Amino acid sequence: MNVMPFPKPRRLGKVNVPTVTLAHGGGGKAMKDLIDDVFVSAFDNGTLAPLEDQARIDLAAVAAQGDRLAFTTDSFVVDPVVFPGGDIGKLAVCGTVNDLAVGGARPLYLSCAAIIEEGVSLDLLRQIAGSMAEAARDAGVGIVTGDTKVVHKGACDKLFLTTTGVGVSGKVWNSAPSRRPGDMVLVNGLLGDHGAAILGARGDMALESPIESDCAALHGLIEALLAAAPGTRALRDATRGGLATVLNEIADASDTEIEIDETTTPIREEVKGFCEILGLDPLYLANEGKVAAVVPPEEADAALSAMQAHPLGAGTRIIGTVKDGEPGRVTMRTVFGGRRIVDMLVGEQLPRIC
Amino acid sequence: MKYIDEFRDREKAAALIKEIEALVAEIPMAKERPIHIMEVCGGHTHSIFRYGIEGMLPKEIELVHGPGCPVCVLPMGRVDDCVAIAERPGVIFTTFGDAMRVPGSKKSLMQAKADGADIRMVYSPMDALEIARKNPEREVVFFGLGFETTMPSTALTVLQAEREGIANFSVFCNHITIVPTLKAILESPDLNIDAFIGPGHVSMVIGTAPYEFIASFYKKPMVVSGFEPLDVLQSIWMVLKQIKDGRAEIENQYARVVPDAGNSAAQDAVEKVYELRDFFEWRGLGSIDHSGVKLRAAYARYDAELKFALPNLQVADPAACQCGAVLKGVIKPWQCALFGTACTPETPLGALMVSSEGSCAAYYQYGGIKAQAGAA
Repeated sequence: MNVMPFPKPRRLGKVNVPTVTLAHGGGGKAMKDLIDDVFVSAFDNGTLAPLEDQARIDLAAVAAQGDRLAFTTDSFVVDPVVFPGGDIGKLAVCGTVNDLAVGGARPLYLSCAAIIEEGVSLDLLRQIAGSMAEAARDAGVGIVTGDTKVVHKGACDKLFLTTTGVGVSGKVWNSAPSRRPGDMVLVNGLLGDHGAAILGARGDMALESPIESDCAALHGLIEALLAAAPGTRALRDATRGGLATVLNEIADASDTEIEIDETTTPIREEVKGFCEILGLDPLYLANEGKVAAVVPPEEADAALSAMQAHPLGAGTRIIGTVKDGEPGRVTMRTVFGGRRIVDMLVGEQLPRIC
Repeated sequence: MKYIDEFRDREKAAALIKEIEALVAEIPMAKERPIHIMEVCGGHTHSIFRYGIEGMLPKEIELVHGPGCPVCVLPMGRVDDCVAIAERPGVIFTTFGDAMRVPGSKKSLMQAKADGADIRMVYSPMDALEIARKNPEREVVFFGLGFETTMPSTALTVLQAEREGIANFSVFCNHITIVPTLKAILESPDLNIDAFIGPGHVSMVIGTAPYEFIASFYKKPMVVSGFEPLDVLQSIWMVLKQIKDGRAEIENQYARVVPDAGNSAAQDAVEKVYELRDFFEWRGLGSIDHSGVKLRAAYARYDAELKFALPNLQVADPAACQCGAVLKGVIKPWQCALFGTACTPETPLGALMVSSEGSCAAYYQYGGIKAQAGAA
């Protein structure tokens, strides 16, 4: 009999060359192989697997978890793409999860758009997709839709990722617009590790840096904090620009002054040393797993113990207070007993000559 | 951090402040007007602001932040020359980080980099030489910048390049020397300085003898100081003690790093490689005789000024800038009409707003909390 066979079930493609070429962005079989081999097999979930142009999500199931949708997007262009304590994939998942979490939202779904420079090794891509998958699994989110582009050599630097995140927040907590004098400022541990790790990993400073990035998804910690301190007034993840920048943003948005104490601001000895040598200020170094929280004084103890009980918050300290001073200003009591302004950074932090 | 935290001890600071207050009470001059102490070096300015030292001192003491920030005093014309070199095809231009933002008449090195010039930050001239080794087909230029502190490392790099016969490396030499500049400040008719905190790292190289004229001729006390906040406080105490005793001497607070004779190996390298220029242009201070160095004729092939045709134009500072008056302690940064309005760290017009070590930028960034409260 000459019966046409049914199409075989869709099988995952495989790339059999060591590096990405422009062919992998051409829309044909090579591209499908790349997406299957690198992303689909790593992310491994039923919503993504059909490779439709969109992920369709059951609204009722989402609505059951809260009454408002949180929606955020972030791009990741870190150099180098692999660094001590993580890589661009882990960063892209944790960064977007954290942007949802600091709004009090429970992260649910992520998209992932990858812009790949031709010549990048498949092994590197697989490694990065693998760490995205691991970070997503740990955070309990699904990477449910995505996109891939391949560009000419030099048009991007190895790999750029954009992750968009969707989450749900309930009535538990909404970021209040104003802070009040007497409020306490908490941070969940050592500052500046990510910035120092990246600068060290770039190697152009010829320093051997044993410092690892603090890259981590903070939604669990924040959930614990908000349960213990529902009156929490503000939450910010202290990423680019470091703690100094987010405190300035908080002070500015609430027309209050924030004063922090250098003696209780936790910074690793290695990061201090690193900054001493390079003439940098650790308050401006990036973090990828640190959140600054402003809580009312009566909830400060509960917030502190709840955060310290969480694995990502063991190093939580109260570092400062909200004051009725100059609106929008951040100051620091220095370890030496003096007082100085901690302003926003003008541009990039540049090392000093001598 | 061991050997660092000890110099940032709050209790020792409080004890020293008490001693300083007691000394000030015994100085009759302080009852009529503030005592003006200039810290020459930008590193001290940074420490003073970083640790909030100004706000801890009694009001009878005013610190004047001196010219010792090599980035700040770099004239616009020299930045233009840097950009001209950096934008030549085939050139890799290497520089210390904080020189990136210094404005030229058209653009800074940071803008030139954005426009496509290959400009790389390095931490040592030896790193620039390494780039030259790895890129034999490119011309690698190091932007030699700084006082006697950084002068020897540039000299040693030139000597190393010569030993290895590396032909694609050169230095755009903008090294400057502190002593003629101090002299220019001391000669200024509107001088308003009672004593000096001397630069620690410059002195580590040149020793303390070159400052003797400040004490013997101009009768001003000077204490060469370390950079930790307790160093600075102790130096202020030592300066006040001299004033109280009616002495004018060059004292060395930073003896753990600064030998009185300096570092002879560094001095030899400097002597071998450089000669004094007849004059050098300073932003905010104008031209000062014998205040800069250039490579000697024997090292001409490593001299970027000779290797590349440079525009070498002088560009005048904006007329409204009062950097000179701030540098000499005649006015405070916020008393300049441009401070915080036309002149900010984002768009610096004057020399002192350029680097975080410049006194205007330091005031803007860290805020002279006591000073501003007093002025308001």
